[in-house]
Amino acid sequence: MEGSSAESALSVSADSIRITDLTQDGDVLTFAITSQKLNSSAGVCVFRAYEDFEWLQQSLFSQENVPGLQGIIFPPLPPKALPLQSNMQTKALKQLGFLALGQDWQGYCKALEFYLQQVATHPTLFKCKALDSFLINSESPGKQRGRKGIFNRLSQAVEEMRKESHKDVDNFFQNERNKNTNIAALSKVATEKLIDVVMTEQKLALACGHFSTSLHLCVNQDDAAAVAFSKVCLKLSDIIEAVKQNFEKVASNNLTTLGLGLDLESRYQEAEKEMLFRRTCKLIELETVKKSTEKAKANKREVMEEFQKAVEKEFSLISSVAKEEIERFHSSRVNVLKNVLIGWCEQQLNTAKECAELYSQHLEACRNMYSE
Amino acid sequence: MAASSERSPPPFPDSEEPELLEDSDDGADAFTGTSISEMDSLSPDTTGPPKDIFNEPPEDIFSDPLSDINSEPQKNVKIQSPGSDEAVDLLSDPLDDEADVISSPEVQNPVPDLLKEPVETPKSVVIGKAPSDVSSKPVHKNAIGVRHQDIFEDPPTGSKGSAAKKSGSAELFEDEDDDDDEEEEEDLFKEPLKGMTKKPQPSVASGPPINVFTEVKSEVKVKPHVKDDPTDLFAEEAVTAPATKPSSSGSSRTNGVHSEEQDIFSEATVELSLDSPLNDRKKKDALKASVSAPAAPVASSSSKPPSKTLEELEEEESEDKFDLNISVTNPEKVGDGMNAYMAYKVSTQTSLTMFRSKTFTVRRRFSDFLGLYEKLSEKHSQNGYIIPPPPEKSILGMTKVKVGKEDPSSAEFVERRRAALERYLQRIVSHPSLLQDPDVREFLEKEELPRAVGTQALSGAGFLKMLNKATDAVSKMTIKMNEQDVWFDEKIQDVENEEQQLRKLHVMVESLVNHRKELSGNTAVFAKSVAMLGSSEDNTALSRALSQLAEVEDRIEQLHQDQAANDFFTFSELLADYIRLLGAVRGCFDQRMKAWQRWQDAENMLQKKREAEAKLLWANKPDKLQQAKDEISEWEAKVTQFEREFERISATVQKDVIRFDKEKARDFKRQIIKYLESLLHSEQQLIKYWEAFLPEAKAIA
Repeated sequence: MEGSSAESALSVSADSIRITDLTQDGDVLTFAITSQKLNSSAGVCVFRAYEDFEWLQQSLFSQENVPGLQGIIFPPLPPKALPLQSNMQTKALKQLGFLALGQDWQGYCKALEFYLQQVATHPTLFKCKALDSFLINSESPGKQRGRKGIFNRLSQAVEEMRKESHKDVDNFFQNERNKNTNIAALSKVATEKLIDVVMTEQKLALACGHFSTSLHLCVNQDDAAAVAFSKVCLKLSDIIEAVKQNFEKVASNNLTTLGLGLDLESRYQEAEKEMLFRRTCKLIELETVKKSTEKAKANKREVMEEFQKAVEKEFSLISSVAKEEIERFHSSRVNVLKNVLIGWCEQQLNTAKECAELYSQHLEACRNMYSE
Repeated sequence: MAASSERSPPPFPDSEEPELLEDSDDGADAFTGTSISEMDSLSPDTTGPPKDIFNEPPEDIFSDPLSDINSEPQKNVKIQSPGSDEAVDLLSDPLDDEADVISSPEVQNPVPDLLKEPVETPKSVVIGKAPSDVSSKPVHKNAIGVRHQDIFEDPPTGSKGSAAKKSGSAELFEDEDDDDDEEEEEDLFKEPLKGMTKKPQPSVASGPPINVFTEVKSEVKVKPHVKDDPTDLFAEEAVTAPATKPSSSGSSRTNGVHSEEQDIFSEATVELSLDSPLNDRKKKDALKASVSAPAAPVASSSSKPPSKTLEELEEEESEDKFDLNISVTNPEKVGDGMNAYMAYKVSTQTSLTMFRSKTFTVRRRFSDFLGLYEKLSEKHSQNGYIIPPPPEKSILGMTKVKVGKEDPSSAEFVERRRAALERYLQRIVSHPSLLQDPDVREFLEKEELPRAVGTQALSGAGFLKMLNKATDAVSKMTIKMNEQDVWFDEKIQDVENEEQQLRKLHVMVESLVNHRKELSGNTAVFAKSVAMLGSSEDNTALSRALSQLAEVEDRIEQLHQDQAANDFFTFSELLADYIRLLGAVRGCFDQRMKAWQRWQDAENMLQKKREAEAKLLWANKPDKLQQAKDEISEWEAKVTQFEREFERISATVQKDVIRFDKEKARDFKRQIIKYLESLLHSEQQLIKYWEAFLPEAKAIA
């Protein structure tokens, strides 16, 4: 929008978008975003804070001249990360889920990166000039724009509940809504459960670490038997250390693949839900207009009918965009989940193999020790 | 005696001849060798092979094995007692066959076979002789020694195996072929005979042995056929034993056999040497007797003290091959309501000959286990033995079981206790001295055990607590004991530190186990939600993959659960056991302190008495002087006695603690290997699961 000279919307390749670095200054996280120009080999690097991402998202929501904008499933922006808070762990977990776990916000960066890529590859959204300026301008775009009126798009709770259960005229959408509600809830639960698993694995790794350290304290060199016992303890310490590393690896595998995948899935389901909700709102609006048109007096009827037609047209446009979007979403999510599952499985398999190898080495060593 | 001796001479040569012929090379050599040579001047006469033997072995024979032999009969005596009936039976049975053997040379056929059954034959001999050992006559023991040699000579391969069994197992009595008995006995008699022919019996006539022989004879009567010849023979045997032995063994076997024998004997002695003070005394008596016995070489050899150095003991410990498997299985609730109790099946599998059979099973209830502990600690704790403590009584856990809810926690409780009882018994029997305790054997073997009383009021935790309190009080009382022995000084510190560390470790393992359980629970929940996700998924391939994933997660949950159980049983319980065992170790140290205290008190008392005597002297009161002197000598005796006791208990404690330390290292190693194996196994399972899942994930369209 502002200052962006590019005509075709995006001047960088969507696949090359990466978040390469992150700096933390007090409460503020700054992300380094690199990308590759389409028509040259030059790379672009910009620094963005979370507020800039928010600005981008708002710009996407409030695009003008995009027909059926409300039918688009907007890629979900991860919630804001709050570093350096005393009760961070529990609060952040509630807010961020998986993205709060992992070291140095890796998961969070990955999620933001994925968000940008999704926006950039979206057939409609990539045209938005805000995206281009977000990716290219070295100046922070969000700062010049006041962030007012940002929240009005997002739903109002009570109203929402009523509208959500509104019966659809289109069976396709009715089904989709039902399924979406279902899967959104389930994937959220699954994500939470996986978080529990990962957290427990991390706790176990920690406990193993303590155990292994304490075993070192049992070392005593007084006499032959004590030396033998100390050897046993040290060996056990090594083994427990191996167990610990295994847990760490398994936990990070869970986190970086399936965890992020499920998190994304659940956020995307939410995004779809929002889109469906917007459409439902439009539907309700249309129905109200229809009713009032019927009731309207003759003199106003014409105006009303015209208005109704406009709304109808808008609604059908939204519906058709939404249909496309849903189809696109389904195929891409299956693809994403597939990749996630394959990646996850492979990683776990590798970890298990490495671990088994390590264990059998230890076992060999132990048996030899036994015959000493 | 007289009767039997009269009968003896005629059958003997007859029986001897066929045997010798069958004896093939060995026997023949032996016979010729011995017959030609004069007993005491054997070496020069013997031919080629025996020469080595005479150069080297005789020393061994005289020094080591003999002394061991002297002590060995004790074992026989002990073991014999329960199974004596059978022994008698056995011995009586052979008679019929024996007659045949003696009369007819056909016996030759069975005999060689018998000789080829190396393991069993020797036993029978030992056993056959054992009853006579009951009298614990040194001379007779020598005879046994001779016999042992014979045995080893005949079945060369069996010597090792027989060593373990030699102690005379009950089962052997029953299994034994009658022919075996005859054979052996003939053997035995053969040698004595030789001795007899060559040597008149002047030594036999000498003072102490005579009694011995009379007693021996009375014993001998138990074995009917022996009566024919032996009375004199036995006497003769005893006298000639040292001489015959070299000849027989020399002619037949080379050094290898001797060394084996030594091993055998030493092993045997380990098993019994630490038995009880009573036994020690017996042994000493035996030693004394043998010293006074006319057979000079025996005397010299037996003068070797039975007490061993620490190093020797250690070595023996590590050598002992332990063939006793105890398992506690089938926990079963007996009765109803609050009177219900758990009964366990205690199965023993062993080749140790001290037991009546190879496998046997009894049912025991928990209080029986506690009762065993009480009996053992009553008898042995003042000796300084580390007595493995039983698992603690858990009122809460047991009440749950009693109420009869089939919930997993009570099943876990029962399993946990079952495993703990199993380890408890295994620890007891792996203690060489406790294994010898008649109560232990009774516990393992006897069908009905008198109901253990008092364990209810004073069981498990309560008992241990009381014990600990008592020992704590003692240690406070004697805290001023200035430790002279560096070893003990360090060890006491070590044990305390170790207990602390183990407690810490135990806490950590507990948390590890809890986390594992948590993980398993969480994985199960995750699996469920993945399954739900899969079932509401439209894309068929994805739905399939997700439900497959749910299955994988279910299996992984099972793995975690198993691993949690493994963590628990391999480490948590192991550590808990050793925390308790270390408590027992401290108890030993306290026992030692008590002994020291007694000694010191006696010293002080002696000091006082001496002062009193000095005062009396100074005051010139001769009438009371004598009394004072008596008292002094009485206290002097006490001081020496207490000092000796203290030394003995110190030695025992030290030895037991060393044994404990070794056992501990070994135990931990074993557990770690077990643990690693379980880890490896679950990791391999995991690999399998993932490998099976990967194509499913790839199949998502």
